[in-house]
Amino acid sequence: MHPAFSVIFLTTLIGAGQGLFLAMFTAQSYAAFNLLPQPDGHAFYAQGSVIVLVLLALGLIASFFHLGHPERAWRAAAKWRTSWLSREVIVLPAFMGVVFLYGVAHWLDFRPTLMTLPSGQPVDPTAILGVAGTILAFALFVCTAMIYACLKFLQEWHSPLTVLNYILLGGASGFTLAAAFATATAPQLVSFFAGWAAIITVLGLIGRVASLYRNARLKPKSTLQTAIGVKHPQIAQKAQGFMGGSFNTREFFHGKAPQVLRSIKWLFLVATFLIPLVLLLAGMSGAAGILALAFVVQYLGLLAERWFFFAQANHPQNLYYRSIA
Amino acid sequence: MTQLALVIDLNVCVGCHACVTSCKEWNTSGSAGPMVDQNPYGVDPTGTFFNRVQTFEIGEFPNTETLHFPKSCLHCEDPPCVPVCPTGASYKRPEDGIVLVDYDKCIACKYCSWACPYGARELDEKQQVMKKCTLCVDRIYDMTMVPDDRKPACVKACPTSARLFGDVHDPESVVSKAIRERGGYALMPEWGTQPSNHYLPRRKAQIRIHVDELERADNPLKVDGLLPKPGKNEPTLDDATTW
Amino acid sequence: MSGSISANLAPVQEIKKTTCYMCACRCGIRVHLRDGQVRYIDGNPDHPLNKGVICAKGSSGIMKQYSPARLTQPLRRKAGADRGIGEFEPISWEEAFSILTERLGKIRATDPKKFALFTGRDQMQALTGMFARQFGTPNYAAHGGFCSVNMAAGMIYTIGGSFWEFGGPDLDRSKLFVMIGTAEDHHSNPLKIALSKFKRDGGRFISINPVRTGYSAIADEWVPIRPGTDGALLLAIIHEIIATGLYDRDFLVQYSNAGELINVDEANDEFGFFVRTEVPTEEACYEPQDKLWWDRTTDRPVITHKPGADPFLLGEFKLADGTPVKPAFQLLKERVKDYTPEWAASVTGIPVETIRRLAHEMAVVARDQRIELPIAWTDSWGKDHDSITGNPVSFHAMRGLAAHSNGFQTIRALAILMSILGTIDRPGGFRHKVPFPRPIPPCARTPNDPRAVQPNKPLDGMALGWPSDPDDLFVDHEGKPVRIDKGFSWEYPLSVHGLMHNVITNAWRGDPYKIDTLLIFMANMAWNSTMNAQEVRKMLNDKDETGEFKIPFLVVCDAFHSEMTAFADLLLPDTTYLERHDVMSILDRPISEFDGPVDSVRIPVVPVTGDCKPFQEVVIELGSRLKLPAFTKPDGSRKFRDYPDFVVNWETEPGSGIGFLAGWRGKGGEKFLRGEPNPNQWEMYAKNNCVYHYELPKSYQYMRNWNKGYLEWSQRNRITRYAEPINIHIYSEVLQRFRAAAQGKGFSRKPPVHLAKRVETYFDPLPFFYDTLESHVTDKHKYPLAAITQRPMAMYHSWDSQNAWLRQIHTHNYLFVNTKTARSAGIEDDDWIWVESQWGKVRCMCRHSEAVEPGTVWTWNAIGKAAGAWNLTPDANESQRGFLLNHLISEELPDRAGNRISNSDPITGQAAWYDVRVRIYKAEAGEPEQTSPQFASMKPYPGMKDRSSILAFVGGLFGGKSK
Repeated sequence: MHPAFSVIFLTTLIGAGQGLFLAMFTAQSYAAFNLLPQPDGHAFYAQGSVIVLVLLALGLIASFFHLGHPERAWRAAAKWRTSWLSREVIVLPAFMGVVFLYGVAHWLDFRPTLMTLPSGQPVDPTAILGVAGTILAFALFVCTAMIYACLKFLQEWHSPLTVLNYILLGGASGFTLAAAFATATAPQLVSFFAGWAAIITVLGLIGRVASLYRNARLKPKSTLQTAIGVKHPQIAQKAQGFMGGSFNTREFFHGKAPQVLRSIKWLFLVATFLIPLVLLLAGMSGAAGILALAFVVQYLGLLAERWFFFAQANHPQNLYYRSIA
Repeated sequence: MTQLALVIDLNVCVGCHACVTSCKEWNTSGSAGPMVDQNPYGVDPTGTFFNRVQTFEIGEFPNTETLHFPKSCLHCEDPPCVPVCPTGASYKRPEDGIVLVDYDKCIACKYCSWACPYGARELDEKQQVMKKCTLCVDRIYDMTMVPDDRKPACVKACPTSARLFGDVHDPESVVSKAIRERGGYALMPEWGTQPSNHYLPRRKAQIRIHVDELERADNPLKVDGLLPKPGKNEPTLDDATTW
Repeated sequence: MSGSISANLAPVQEIKKTTCYMCACRCGIRVHLRDGQVRYIDGNPDHPLNKGVICAKGSSGIMKQYSPARLTQPLRRKAGADRGIGEFEPISWEEAFSILTERLGKIRATDPKKFALFTGRDQMQALTGMFARQFGTPNYAAHGGFCSVNMAAGMIYTIGGSFWEFGGPDLDRSKLFVMIGTAEDHHSNPLKIALSKFKRDGGRFISINPVRTGYSAIADEWVPIRPGTDGALLLAIIHEIIATGLYDRDFLVQYSNAGELINVDEANDEFGFFVRTEVPTEEACYEPQDKLWWDRTTDRPVITHKPGADPFLLGEFKLADGTPVKPAFQLLKERVKDYTPEWAASVTGIPVETIRRLAHEMAVVARDQRIELPIAWTDSWGKDHDSITGNPVSFHAMRGLAAHSNGFQTIRALAILMSILGTIDRPGGFRHKVPFPRPIPPCARTPNDPRAVQPNKPLDGMALGWPSDPDDLFVDHEGKPVRIDKGFSWEYPLSVHGLMHNVITNAWRGDPYKIDTLLIFMANMAWNSTMNAQEVRKMLNDKDETGEFKIPFLVVCDAFHSEMTAFADLLLPDTTYLERHDVMSILDRPISEFDGPVDSVRIPVVPVTGDCKPFQEVVIELGSRLKLPAFTKPDGSRKFRDYPDFVVNWETEPGSGIGFLAGWRGKGGEKFLRGEPNPNQWEMYAKNNCVYHYELPKSYQYMRNWNKGYLEWSQRNRITRYAEPINIHIYSEVLQRFRAAAQGKGFSRKPPVHLAKRVETYFDPLPFFYDTLESHVTDKHKYPLAAITQRPMAMYHSWDSQNAWLRQIHTHNYLFVNTKTARSAGIEDDDWIWVESQWGKVRCMCRHSEAVEPGTVWTWNAIGKAAGAWNLTPDANESQRGFLLNHLISEELPDRAGNRISNSDPITGQAAWYDVRVRIYKAEAGEPEQTSPQFASMKPYPGMKDRSSILAFVGGLFGGKSK
């Protein structure tokens, strides 16, 4: 496929946003059970929610660049029964709304006890919103990933690993960001976030390598033989019917040499996983610069990862567009 | 339930591209148009077409087949492009099975094109809506046309009548019969999309020559081989020797 | 679907019928108009030719109509500007006509042959030919000489008819169809329709071609053959059929000269001629029935077709006076004796078993699947038959055979093969189309004396004709050509369509003489329609010592910007086919069907663009201004208001009742073929789908060479002067007459010494195979590959690169090379390579292919363009990645004596496009990825539309405007 930067930014930005939210609410939950110190609500949760919202909004804006008719984007909510894209379109604003309320509640310190858990912990609106946000964050990961994973003839995508990796990679970048962010707003949580970020990054690495391993061994189900319905081992296209290119030759081909693809693969493996891992461990103690660098490198790595994700997907329609004459 | 479709006879398709431009010509000024062309007079001209004719070479010289292969939307029974559309712009008409795009609802997210394994959809870069074969839905029900004209433009144009049009759910239709009797097949059956359009394979006519057809009773050499008898006055051995 | 634009679309308000002209096929079309703009063009279902179908080109007519390459006003080359760079200034038509009238008037008053008129693939040769004749110049021809004249001449000199307009395969009833040397071609939609029906009916289709494209794709068997060796294959098949006794003896006896006796006494002046007996005959161009058979029953010579007689086809006999004679068929058998399948296999590259099998398939199908139709008819000898029989084997051939310097004899071999199979004008075989068959050769003759050209007088004879002996040649007393193209001279005696491809070179060199004005109508002679394009472009711009152009005045009329238009001194903008009146006349290339004559018209469906004027109107106007007799009343005033008026009222001679159109003649439109002018003739065509189709009675539809009823019908309707039988020329006495003259025998004119050997060699009365003339002067080891072109179905010649839709299909071209051939030269798919002949070289891109014979390379015809030509941007693919093979082909070859002679068939002057030999090698790393040669970029001319960068065409909304 041709990697579209609108979609690369959309998925990586909202992934980081979702991850950051999950990181924040994880911390809040830990704190609720006194496993972690309670950070400052204004500084950490409220400002953190702003960052989440900014990331989500940037992602949303990026997504508009993918649309030919952004002014009609609202229509995209119509087919949630069948379309993962439609579901994403619903879940994303819903998630943003919850994050907003979550941030506001923290900002206003609006934490009246609404109920008490059997274990005695009080449940306030931020907890309820947090749980809702968590569910929506995961739902959003699933929607985003399923947009790709549900396309069965894009064999590279059509795998549970796609969903898993969207969650893990979004989570990793979000936790890394949380660690960097915490250096300024909740220093006591830095090592917690950095630790989890490292763990999720390792899990992400495993997941991503698993998918690379799987994809490298895929046997295309469609062949030129099934594409044109002729059983012969030697078939070669001579003309695709037009010579100056078409939507079919622009949208579904990355147009890069195999070496470029290979380089990008190694680049993203290093940038998304190895360097951030080193930096996270190095910055565990709270070195703001290192952790900020970890996030930046990881995010850039994710851009490469996402580029590769699209580029590697081999659309069967390409069988019909191989030669001009 | 009706399912309109094309059946394309590769046995007679000579690859003339009549279906390509007649489609463009009808549809660019019809309800599916305009079909935009960019750089029409410049480098790498590119435009929206609903139908393309491709050429494949099968086998190795001298046992080569050249196959011309027209391809347009296959109007799948289970079109993967429809459920993925977030706006409902992409839809399959229950009454006749034609898969269409409502340009007013399309946001050009291109997702439907990703979901089509056949590459049948093309984004109109100027109008920014997804376009595809409509089976000339603005022709086939147009009662102001004579019945013979109520066919897709490509079907009408095709000089070798390689394109049959009809209801593949009606077992007695010309298309169903062609599929049944002449080995009609679907493209990429592995995805279960159940394309409604089918293709008819090449067939070969052969002539077997038997030996008795060559050694024949009516061989004219039996007449022409009989050369005139020499005249009785022509010299013979009798004139020269006595033994 | 309910887009915002489409929601406002008005319905089509009007459907007008006319005739397509996106190629030369001439299908009936319906043009659907919305607000006066073209919304849609489809095939007219009521038209006999295309029956409602339409091709890719026809469906793209809209893009031609609204193309930015259109010329819109008369232009004059700016004073002092070179030719070829396209520096023009607009002038009015009045100025253009004054310039032309003055210049042409002077020429006509002094030496009319200084004016030459040559036209491309136009469809108005009846008019242009008549104009040239009226002007008095012999220098007129259309493009036939560089197209397929061998196909016309080779078959017409043998069976009195040919393919395409003249006749074709009866695929409705055929069982075996052999297509040789055709990819996609003339008569395209009718052939496509017939071919698919034929295949569906279970017929077997064999394609013999170096390349498998186009129609060959759906052939049941593809027989790859080396270019230029078709003659060897055909002769070997004839050999096999004769050797196995599979020929149609009855047919040959009755309907050909196979049994006729030929003098074989080499010492005799009559050697090689038929022996004749005294019968009362009138002086005429048909062949009198005065030849002899050797009768089997009486063992004596008898006059042919004597009731009860049956001739020997084989053997040698002595006439009473001791003259040794042989039947023509015996000579054919002797001729093909050494043309064994084994021999042909080594020449053609086709396995010997395949050659044998082809012969057996053809002959066994012909004999054992005989068709008998219950149609009674009477033959020319008065014998009644209760049925028409046919042998269902048919052929189609075109430029693959024709465009070689051995093409004429190859095509003679094909016609003879078709004849010995007994398939001429019979069901399932080859069938004629009215006005064919013609006598062999047809009666039209050129003058044979330079005195036919006189100041202020029409030419005394036709500019083109059908020589039957050396005395028919258009040469002076020294045997030198009278025509600028040397047509009908000893160099190319049977050049029945002229040699347009040598006009520029000859005029530039002043050989045979210099001319003053060259008028070219719709022929791209500076590009794809010329051999040696680079040099020819220089000639067009070349000046003599005095600074005058060597071709002093060049007038070009065309509807579109092209490479050629840039060289014009005066450029006249023609209209498109949707803007003008036209006739597809039986006097020109007809569009008749097997079952009877057809002609048709174009009627304008949209107004003329800008200041364009149909070329016909230009011709009528010029004819009137020059006061040419046919265009002028006795009082000197103009005779015809305009072209439509001319078409209605002009008659071949006063009161003849024969005009351009055959339908709805007579005062009230009640007559056909012949009749007084009908003032409402156009309206009647308009009401009847623009086409007139007369269906002959069934009994007149077959065996027309010998069908008494048909021939007399044809004579009554003045289609022909004679109703005599037209026997097939297995043995061509016409050719023998030229050969005998070259041998110094007889009383006719003799060739100049330096051409005697050439004429003697090639004017063989029986077909023979020889290597192409180009290979005589080529080192085949150095240039091991044959290079040819194929026609794409979605482009007609160079016409469609300005067509926004069609050019997306063929934007540039590759050289197709057999994968193994390419690899052995170290060339991969997509590599940039050089293709080099001894005449020139071209850089282009290679495409591997398994569908091409290993000794052949090919590309699509005329896709490559000069930068900026046809109003494409200078960086357009056509010029940067497209190329022409023409740069590799010379228009002349050195002959054995070192003289330059046209690179053409020595008999007909057919341009030998496909003879060129090349080698290929990889371009160096670092060479520009651009085709070579390149030419200075052309620019648009005054009055041309801007090129839009986005085209969103909606007919009736903003069609034609760039938005």
